[in-house]
Amino acid sequence: MSPQQSGFSETNLWDNLPGTKNGFSSTDPGGPAPDAGWEAPPSRKGFFTDTSICIGCKACEVACKTWNGVPEDGLDMLGSSYDNTGALGASTWRHVAFIEQRKPLGSQDTGVTITLPEPAPPPQVDLGMPAFGLPGAPGGGDERSEFRWLMSSDVCKHCTNAACLDVCPTGSLFRTEFGTVVVQEDICNGCGYCVPACPYGVIDRRIGEQGTKNVGIAQKCTLCYDRLGVDETPACAKACPTQSIQFGDVDELRERAAKRLETLHAGGLGEARLYGEDPNNGVGGTGAFFLLLDEPEVYGFPPDPIVTTADLPRMWKNAGMAAVGLLAAAVTVFAGRRP
Amino acid sequence: MDIRKTFLEWPVVRQLTGGDPLGRGAAVQSAHTKAITARTKTADRVVRSVCPYCAVGCGQRVFVKDEKVVQIEGDPDSPVSRGRLCPKGSASTQLVTSPGRATTMLYRAPRSTTWQRIGVEEATDMIADRMIESRSRRWQDTDEQGRPLRRTMGMAALGGATLDNEENYLIKKLFTALGAIQIENQARI
Amino acid sequence: MGASFGRGGATGFLQDLQNADCIVIQGSNMAECHPVGFQWVMEAKARGARVIHVDPRFTRTSALADTHVPIRAGSDIVFLGAIINYIVSNEKYFHEYVLNYTNAANLVSKDFQDVDDLDGVFSGYDPQTGKYDTSSWAYDANDDEPAGDAGGQGDESEESASSRSAGHELGGHGAALEHTKVKRDETLQHPRCVFQVLKRHYARYTPELVQEVCGVTPEQLLDVCEAVTSNSGRERTTTWVYSVGWTHHTVGVQYIRGSAIIQLLLGNMGRPGGGILALRGHASIQGSTDIPTLYNLLPGYLPMPMVGTHDSLDEYVAQIASPDQKGFWTNARTYTVNLLKAWWGDAATAENDFAFDYLPKLSGDHGTYATVMSMLKDEIDGYFLLGQTPAVGSAHGRMQRLGLAHLKWLVVRDLNLIESATFWKDGPEIETGELRTEEIDTEVFFFPAAAHVEKDGTFTQTQRMLQWHHKAVEPPGDAQSELAFFYLLGQKLRQRLADSTDERDRPLLDLTWDYPVDEHGDPSAEAVLAEINGVHLTGEKAGVPLSTFNEMKPDGSTSGGCWIYAGVYADGVNQSARRKPGREQSWVAPEWGWAWPANRRILYNRAAADPDGKPWSERKAYVWWDSEQEKWTGHDVPDFELKKPPSYRPPEGAAGPAALRGDDPFIMQADGVGWLYAPTGLLDGPLPAHYEPQESPISNPMYSQQASPTREVFSRTDNYSNPSGDEPGAEVFPYVFTTYRLTEHHTAGGMSRWQPFLAELQPEFFCEVSPELARQRGLVNNGWATIITARTAVEARVLVTDRVVPLRAGGKEIHQIGLPYHWGIGGDAVVTGDSANDLLGVTLDPNVHIQESKVASCDIQPGRRPRGPALLDYVAAYRKRAGITLDTGNELRNLASGANGGSRSGGVKEGAS
Repeated sequence: MSPQQSGFSETNLWDNLPGTKNGFSSTDPGGPAPDAGWEAPPSRKGFFTDTSICIGCKACEVACKTWNGVPEDGLDMLGSSYDNTGALGASTWRHVAFIEQRKPLGSQDTGVTITLPEPAPPPQVDLGMPAFGLPGAPGGGDERSEFRWLMSSDVCKHCTNAACLDVCPTGSLFRTEFGTVVVQEDICNGCGYCVPACPYGVIDRRIGEQGTKNVGIAQKCTLCYDRLGVDETPACAKACPTQSIQFGDVDELRERAAKRLETLHAGGLGEARLYGEDPNNGVGGTGAFFLLLDEPEVYGFPPDPIVTTADLPRMWKNAGMAAVGLLAAAVTVFAGRRP
Repeated sequence: MDIRKTFLEWPVVRQLTGGDPLGRGAAVQSAHTKAITARTKTADRVVRSVCPYCAVGCGQRVFVKDEKVVQIEGDPDSPVSRGRLCPKGSASTQLVTSPGRATTMLYRAPRSTTWQRIGVEEATDMIADRMIESRSRRWQDTDEQGRPLRRTMGMAALGGATLDNEENYLIKKLFTALGAIQIENQARI
Repeated sequence: MGASFGRGGATGFLQDLQNADCIVIQGSNMAECHPVGFQWVMEAKARGARVIHVDPRFTRTSALADTHVPIRAGSDIVFLGAIINYIVSNEKYFHEYVLNYTNAANLVSKDFQDVDDLDGVFSGYDPQTGKYDTSSWAYDANDDEPAGDAGGQGDESEESASSRSAGHELGGHGAALEHTKVKRDETLQHPRCVFQVLKRHYARYTPELVQEVCGVTPEQLLDVCEAVTSNSGRERTTTWVYSVGWTHHTVGVQYIRGSAIIQLLLGNMGRPGGGILALRGHASIQGSTDIPTLYNLLPGYLPMPMVGTHDSLDEYVAQIASPDQKGFWTNARTYTVNLLKAWWGDAATAENDFAFDYLPKLSGDHGTYATVMSMLKDEIDGYFLLGQTPAVGSAHGRMQRLGLAHLKWLVVRDLNLIESATFWKDGPEIETGELRTEEIDTEVFFFPAAAHVEKDGTFTQTQRMLQWHHKAVEPPGDAQSELAFFYLLGQKLRQRLADSTDERDRPLLDLTWDYPVDEHGDPSAEAVLAEINGVHLTGEKAGVPLSTFNEMKPDGSTSGGCWIYAGVYADGVNQSARRKPGREQSWVAPEWGWAWPANRRILYNRAAADPDGKPWSERKAYVWWDSEQEKWTGHDVPDFELKKPPSYRPPEGAAGPAALRGDDPFIMQADGVGWLYAPTGLLDGPLPAHYEPQESPISNPMYSQQASPTREVFSRTDNYSNPSGDEPGAEVFPYVFTTYRLTEHHTAGGMSRWQPFLAELQPEFFCEVSPELARQRGLVNNGWATIITARTAVEARVLVTDRVVPLRAGGKEIHQIGLPYHWGIGGDAVVTGDSANDLLGVTLDPNVHIQESKVASCDIQPGRRPRGPALLDYVAAYRKRAGITLDTGNELRNLASGANGGSRSGGVKEGAS
């Protein structure tokens, strides 16, 4: 025998980590960056959020705020499982949803097999709070033999066809060389057109006291544009303890997601599905996509989002004419001022 | 002013002359945006550290600019944490730099309703005086059977478990030499 | 842990979890409390491991586990006992491992009687003192053989034997034995051999009992039993993970013993993917017991001397380890002398027993809860709180805060203005009128402290690994490190007493207290680490740092402040600062930081090989004997004398390390093996036996003895207990509550409630209840509830959730309430709230004096609590309704004879107020 040949896996775990070796290696750029005037851009970057391994720790929320200087977003308890963040917004660029369900999770055995007789409910004081749909709302004495707790970190989808960008009149929202969609805080005038345009309800204008950073300006995830520029993983993905949030080339992430889905299906999680990755969906595929264990609605996602600017070609034409007009005017002005 | 250059930098010009006729990408990138860079890159130095919360001992990298901490994030070299941090570890920057952090020495006199400012040196002197007095007041040479105790019951300490080993070592060493025995820490709690 | 294996501390390391075939997480909410460590559980799961979570609540750990077993809080020993019963009854144990590496074959004294013989106590119990004389628990000594040159040791009096078992120190070490000549039965059939004693003891721990006591069905139990046994043996290993869900009980040490017995029976100790992983909750909580700021310990788990038994160095050393036993604790004199040399330098000489007399002596329990009770009696003038906030973080916060108000002076050193620093102006007792700011005489000094990035130093993390953190910036404003503060304070004290001729000041004046300082006058942490490591004092190597504790000498020619840390500064290099990237070394990563002892990552790893030194299997090879090179080798530093072959047998009369056979893997144990049965060292029993918590809704079905007969109770008007079991009044507090942490906060909140990014994630104190309990009590999700115990009442927001499940135990429906304990009442934090710890009383484990904070009984009502003095009346009315007196819950021994349960607490009719 040769004890040196131990039984341990020789797999180098480091090789499997996103953002270490393969984060910037794709040679096929693809994606929307070339259409936005980027010559030989790097490959499109995005997130694959595998919610099946999310532990709901919210490191992504904190790491995002720390890196991006996003202010605190309210100190209210929501009574919605462990979620006190609520939703994405100007001051929340990552949001972890918690869903408590009376459903089995694949092979998981929750050990809950008892049925207790329900005593007659005492008269409840109505505090005017909606009981509808809240986790653990009294279920009327039915058997609780199945339970699962889903967690999922939501983020801007960085759509291939991004409505927010389409409607932005100032050029503040722009498509970066990484194929992501980013607000330029020095350009945004706070008009708010982008807010209703987003089919996912991601972007919002920051409300706050005078002096709050970027108050009044539309804000959302930048996929850590500054970090991408220096070959660093976005803050949320870097922090994620279980690598539920994976960062990398969108093409590569799609492959990884498909493989993971196969594994879960084989493991009995038939309801598992990918969300957003399909290039043929209503937004042309998202740069940030998800592996979900239930219907998208369960997580608060629109089931079939469509870019709100679907009649784009006509808009492009108008935009082009307007640009020519502006240019002519500008040239005139400058010609007149030439010393 | 180089009008020609400025003019050509105009988004609308770049829009028409470049590959971004609709003004959605490269053409509208502002100078400010173009200049953005990560503060991890502009930091003066990176210092290796360890997360101060739970006992997993995640590696941290501390980025310092102009003698201020500008970012703390996971150290990918750590075989324990592999660069990852939990929400508390990720909030380490705020732990250190939060404006709400107490950085001023304060003193509350007996029966007073308010804090007052006081110097650290002065406060330390006051404590040294009180320790010596309390140590004497509650000194025990022997027990009732005459066996040596060599201790004082006049003071006690309760430490957190986020202190360094070197700090705990000096604390235990000093208090033991003083004869103070009621020295405890979080491990009992 | 110390009592079972010889050393306190996690036996393995986090990354090794990936090698486990099955992981049982019990008494720990790992995903929430150690999220980054949990990646290794996920790694194991991805490789096919089975993950089982046994916990009262369905937590974020359960959500990712394969199986969640809901269990009634406080019933774990029954669950573990039933697993032991399954293993033994079905012969699922690892026979060769058990026979060779445990004390299974040793015979136990004829005098030993088990709890089933004595209605709930082991032999030797004294109902007057509530303590055991443990001498009858001893092994059956082999009197037939002469005791060799250790002449006379076999005749040592019983009194000496029992006093030597002076108690399991916190995180402590293997207990002493007189010698190791004991009768054995290698067939494991003798009725008094440990194996048979164990088998009989756990025969009553049946699936039916588990159902009745734990509320766990036989199917769930069997599933866990099959999972752990089918994933143990030569080819496979199972890891047990626990944390404070186990230690925070009156029988906490015995919980851990329960898993130790399972892991020894299954042969999982010392092997990759095995062991018992103690997850600690603070950056250096392991370090703070290794280099303890604990009353009963000196560095390296040496005990603080006790008056009467440790009056001289010789007595002291003899009490730690008999010179005739096996193992490394026989070197206790060496370790002690090196510590004394480190502290008192040239003043410590062979002639004066190395200044042993300079050490103050203990005379009882001087732990933190005893201390606060002394404060309330005005026996303590001054108190230092160093990064700790007992006003929120300790059990029974009200007692703590009232204690602070009795002090003459209080020093608080922290990053934020914590509640313990501001109790005099905005504590809850100001609102109830119990304290008036204008009448509190306590002087309070608040010193802002340096954060971890503002100082150099080491943390010892959960797997005994020291990691150096480098100073990045200067502390802001008035902030300074503890190192700088105490160094300066020591100088000032020494200056004030410099001219003293009083003998009592010699220890301070002779103290080595001279460290190099930087330009700010701050002492060098590295110099302190070097002192801890130790150094040669004389001879050729004078001035050379020690590279291992084996270089320590008992003659004063070496010094070292903490023997187990010797080697951290080997070659004059700060080994704790090593940061060779993980990806550039083996999965064991020996060149990242430094782990005690001797940089070992898995303890007792000799047991990873069979008695002949070969790995039990290729798949689980870790450390083995290389017969060509004639030494132990492998993936880790062998936890064994490198050159001692497996075939080594000690000569007659050998003692200490030389007495360890080549197949004795537990080298710190007095007999070199793991202890299924602890013949000494523990104060509350040689085997874990089930007792109900101090406050429980059900009666102990096993015997009349309700709760641990040796638990420490404090019968005080500020420490009432709720009635328990079938006592009258127990129905007033029908629910069980358990306290715990959330991922988003840190302990009492001192490092999280001041940060908006964390505060906003969990802004308010809440309670978690099942839909069934919500219906029973009319609780509304996100509304308010008031939780009441005999101590106080607190209010919390309500989370109604399916994650909390009612259980059926003791013939009753048991509702459990979850209470995270991160909030406190004060004026400075971003978020505040009532503190769950205020609900708790003080009842302690006798071995380590840790409080029972993981389980107690309570009532819950919808709505907010009364304010001001009305709160006191409200709680008093509850006590009256339940008939609570000073006797309630404080009777240690419950007997069946004559009376039924009603007599257990004495007079229950008298009202209290």
